[in-house]
Amino acid sequence: MSGPNTEYDPVQVTPLDADQVEAMREAAVAAIAAASDLESLKAVRLEHVGDRSPLALANREIGALPPQARKDAGQRIGQARGAVNKALAERQVQLEAEHEERMLVEETVDVTLPTDRARRGSRHPITLQSELIADIFVAMGWEIAEGPVVEAEWLNFDALNLGPDHPARTMQDTFWTEPADHHVVLRTQTSPVQARTMLTRTPPIYVACPGRVFRTDEYDATHSPMFHQVEGLVVDEGITMAHLKGSLDHLASQLFGDGIDTRFRPSYFPFTEPSAEVDVRCFVCRGVDSDSCRTCRGEGWIEWGGCGVVNPRVLVACGVDPETYSGFAFGMGIDRSFMFRHNLEDLRPLFEGDVRFSSAFGSEI
Amino acid sequence: MKTPLSWITEYVDVPDHVSTDELTARLTLTGLKLEGIHSPGAAITGPLVVGRVLTMEPEPQKNGKTINWCTVDVADANGTGEPQGIVCGAHNFAPGDLVVVVLPGGVLPGGFEISARKTYGHVSSGMICSAAELGLGDDHDGIIVLPADAGKPGEDVRPLLGLDEEIIEFEINPDRAYALSLRGIAREVLVSVDGASGFRDPALRDTPAANDQGHPVVVEDPTGCPVFVARTVTGFDPTSPTPDFIAQRLTAAGMRPISLAVDVTNYVMLETGRPIHGYDADALQGPIVVRRARAGERLTTLDGTARTLSDEDLVVTDDSGIIGLGGVMGGESTEMSATTTRVLVEAAHWDATSMFRTGRRHKITSEAGKRNERGVDATICEAAADRVVELLTTYGGGQVDPGVTVVGTPPQMPTITVAGDRAARVSGLDISEERAVEALRAVGCEVTGTGTLEVTPPPWRPDLTDPQDTTEEVIRLVGYDTIPSVLPKAPGGRGLTRTQLLRRRIGRTMAGAGYVEVVTFPFVGDHDLDALGLPADDPRRTTLRLSNPLSSEAPGMTTTLLPALLRTAGKNVGLGTTSVAIFEAAPVTLPRATEPAPILPVDRRPTDAELDALTKALPDQPLHLGVVATGEAEAAGWWGDGRAVSWSDAVDAVQVVAEALGLDLTSRPADTAPWHPGRCAALLLGDVLVGHAGELHPRVCAAFGLPPRSVAAEVDLDVMLEHAVHLRPSPTFSSYPVAKEDVALVVDETVAAADVEAALREGAGPLLESIRLFDVYTGEQVGEGKKSLAFALRFRAPDRTLKEGESSAARDAAVRVAAERTGAVQR
Repeated sequence: MSGPNTEYDPVQVTPLDADQVEAMREAAVAAIAAASDLESLKAVRLEHVGDRSPLALANREIGALPPQARKDAGQRIGQARGAVNKALAERQVQLEAEHEERMLVEETVDVTLPTDRARRGSRHPITLQSELIADIFVAMGWEIAEGPVVEAEWLNFDALNLGPDHPARTMQDTFWTEPADHHVVLRTQTSPVQARTMLTRTPPIYVACPGRVFRTDEYDATHSPMFHQVEGLVVDEGITMAHLKGSLDHLASQLFGDGIDTRFRPSYFPFTEPSAEVDVRCFVCRGVDSDSCRTCRGEGWIEWGGCGVVNPRVLVACGVDPETYSGFAFGMGIDRSFMFRHNLEDLRPLFEGDVRFSSAFGSEI
Repeated sequence: MKTPLSWITEYVDVPDHVSTDELTARLTLTGLKLEGIHSPGAAITGPLVVGRVLTMEPEPQKNGKTINWCTVDVADANGTGEPQGIVCGAHNFAPGDLVVVVLPGGVLPGGFEISARKTYGHVSSGMICSAAELGLGDDHDGIIVLPADAGKPGEDVRPLLGLDEEIIEFEINPDRAYALSLRGIAREVLVSVDGASGFRDPALRDTPAANDQGHPVVVEDPTGCPVFVARTVTGFDPTSPTPDFIAQRLTAAGMRPISLAVDVTNYVMLETGRPIHGYDADALQGPIVVRRARAGERLTTLDGTARTLSDEDLVVTDDSGIIGLGGVMGGESTEMSATTTRVLVEAAHWDATSMFRTGRRHKITSEAGKRNERGVDATICEAAADRVVELLTTYGGGQVDPGVTVVGTPPQMPTITVAGDRAARVSGLDISEERAVEALRAVGCEVTGTGTLEVTPPPWRPDLTDPQDTTEEVIRLVGYDTIPSVLPKAPGGRGLTRTQLLRRRIGRTMAGAGYVEVVTFPFVGDHDLDALGLPADDPRRTTLRLSNPLSSEAPGMTTTLLPALLRTAGKNVGLGTTSVAIFEAAPVTLPRATEPAPILPVDRRPTDAELDALTKALPDQPLHLGVVATGEAEAAGWWGDGRAVSWSDAVDAVQVVAEALGLDLTSRPADTAPWHPGRCAALLLGDVLVGHAGELHPRVCAAFGLPPRSVAAEVDLDVMLEHAVHLRPSPTFSSYPVAKEDVALVVDETVAAADVEAALREGAGPLLESIRLFDVYTGEQVGEGKKSLAFALRFRAPDRTLKEGESSAARDAAVRVAAERTGAVQR
């Protein structure tokens, strides 16, 4: 660094000459503009703005000027440096933006590539259907009752007015367990859950009982030794068949769509009297121009299940006073409901465990 | 029950404007469900006409057969009026006979198309038909020869053979045994169909009074056999053919015509509902005695089966011994045959319960048994027997023997007391007492009283025993279709129980973890348990056995979900799904020594002690979770290699479920089938074992067709659900800085990482926030038989920043405990 310039000699400080400063500014701005990327801009910054840059050096010379000249020179250099810094900052922003843009372009990937690195799980459609049905009942204020699959003969039959010599016992081909004199069966229906409910609760009772049941049916497109049923039971004061119809109509409309209702045909079940078969209106053709309908095969109705007024004999065996209370019960196949709701003609895929089947339904139906 | 419509209308008049569809729709709504309407001729199209055989020339053939070259007059049916030349292989006809001819262009059942074709040196233009060829039974013995007055040549033969008949099939509910007869169906038509009238009861006939000239009958068990009627026909011609109308109606009903005598008994059974048995009277020795069998007595029934009888079976005997299983099936020794000229007709009423038990005991299902066990009108035995002898003598000649044996009297029908408004109260319909009484009388009940009705059912309705039975009769006749729809108002419910919610959560958790839920049958056999490699004393080998399994291969209720899941996984692999991850949550059956389940009374609520005995008689049925995975846990792809499933995936499947339930499971090494002895973890909740997980034994993989290194887990969900954390407290977090300390410890390879971790955790003290094993190293640097376990420890105080050296001191303390407990040496 030079010492104080006590003798004003403009010649000695040519770098502070206006033209010189202007030239330095122009050179710097031109270099900044010429910097094509952030790397070269960094070099330009060092060369034109850094401590060893001409403008920085010139700035240092200001102190050597006579006091009367310092102001002008200072102003000149300050303006030049300001202009250069501004140009630099602008270029910096510009180049950063360009850089980012280029980087983002370079990082482009093919987003159509598959992404299924992790296994996909799913739940079984019958589980989902059971839960959907349970939710419909829960929304009505009913509760969901359950019981064992291996069940006492008395609860599966006798308590339900199916005495040992009741012809209906042969209707339900029962799996018996050994030894036979232990009177234990695989439940043929979820009705023993109804009996258990009446035996352990006091009316009013509003329950639905979904679950697996067993019959000695050979396994084919429409029969399975194990299948799923849901039964409903209401025991309260003043219960009538109209309430039964109302409950089934509600279930039908929730499960199959608005306006889908049911019809009753007289039938026979030991645990109910009067008894009825319940048909659900075909949700595909809705009974209009049914002839070509494949879902109901031209009937307009689909056989759905059985129902009726709880036989007073059942109430007595289960400790409910038939003078005070009456009730209704119904039952239908969950698998069967699923089959016609989802257009499945052969039930075996439900039990074959081919993962492609469950996977098709995901985790909600 | 199948019947031609014309047979029904023989007993009841239906207005012309009521179509068959309307009739059956109405019957369906009142309880006789239409199964279908068939027509026997539906499968026959084209010209099927009456032909008169003009000439027949027998022509012996080289193959030893003799064919007949016939000319047949079919009038203008062939378009020319010329005789039709037809080759026929049958010989049971002669020139002048009327026969059934299908002309070229016709199609017979089975899609058999008829055309003029060259055969045996002639052009045969059509076919002379047998009953079998028309689908009318299986009689191949010869062609149909029509009665001489059946019709004129060229006429359509369909009406003559009943081929155009509408045959209606009803599904009969087990309580409506009366509808297993034309009598019952006609009566249903009468009460169900508007405008139906003129019911003619086929069982209402004048019958001769009983006398002592009939075949002697002694009934030793009047409870089992309240009525026994015997009539005899003599001089019967056993070669007499069954008249067409009987044969056609039996065929329509699905019964095969056999001989006149047998066909008539079946015909009267269909007509009246009363099963009839016919004996060859010449084979009878001495009086008929009805009694219970003595245990061990034997009888060969007419199906040729030798049976050992029980002391509950009702039998018909004579001096020779037992000649029939009463009401169920006759015996061989007195069976009617082609030489029977004296027929003894039995029309007896049998105790329904006995019939049911005998049928079930001897596994006999017969048309007679079906009716007898469901309940038959006890008052029509004489009428039915009289109808049989009438038909036998009308079509088979001979005389009705004047002897009429009638033993016993029909039981009284009970009287049912029922409130007059019961049907209204039960149905929710506005049914007046008058309407109720009218309906009950329509079905044949006698009704007296007002307000409280005294109802006596008709004898053909033994199913009506309780007020609820008469109530159903009233409501079904008023119409089930008129019942309004009213949603009952349940009191506020509790919603799903906590356990039900958690079970759903488990399913969703497993699906979220990439497992597909399957549903399998719970049946298991020894070969499954062998395939699992279970040792002989493994408790899972003790299964609850079924008396009547569908397959002898799988006679037990399974104790483990794994065999079915492994089979299912193997099946998927076989179908080309090489990466499979499945689960099932289902109960298993664990037998325990129990007393028998009592059969409790039904006329009262069982006591709590009785109910307890029921519960105790049942096996344990805990809910299990089974998991099987094979192939890749993570797929290979453009991102790089896949990751094969490992033992750890099986453990983690259980861990994610445990986390969903708020449970902290610990693992211990275990050696349990079906797992790899060095790659199986026992999973514990505190001290309670919940199950196992790990890699399967290579032999198990092979046995189920799975690739090596497939993995599985099975745990008791009931135990986990029982311990599931209900109300989890909110956690508190320290906001002070964390201090991290890593430590690598060398231990023997046999030392469990979980033990080292537990020691570190204990030694680290209360400042330890978390610990995580992040690396396991084996190799030269740590030496043979050793492994290095690297743990990341995080320390933090709840209320302050840790001081310099605090965390390293805690780490050192942790290492000291690990060294003491596990011999760990810090690297």
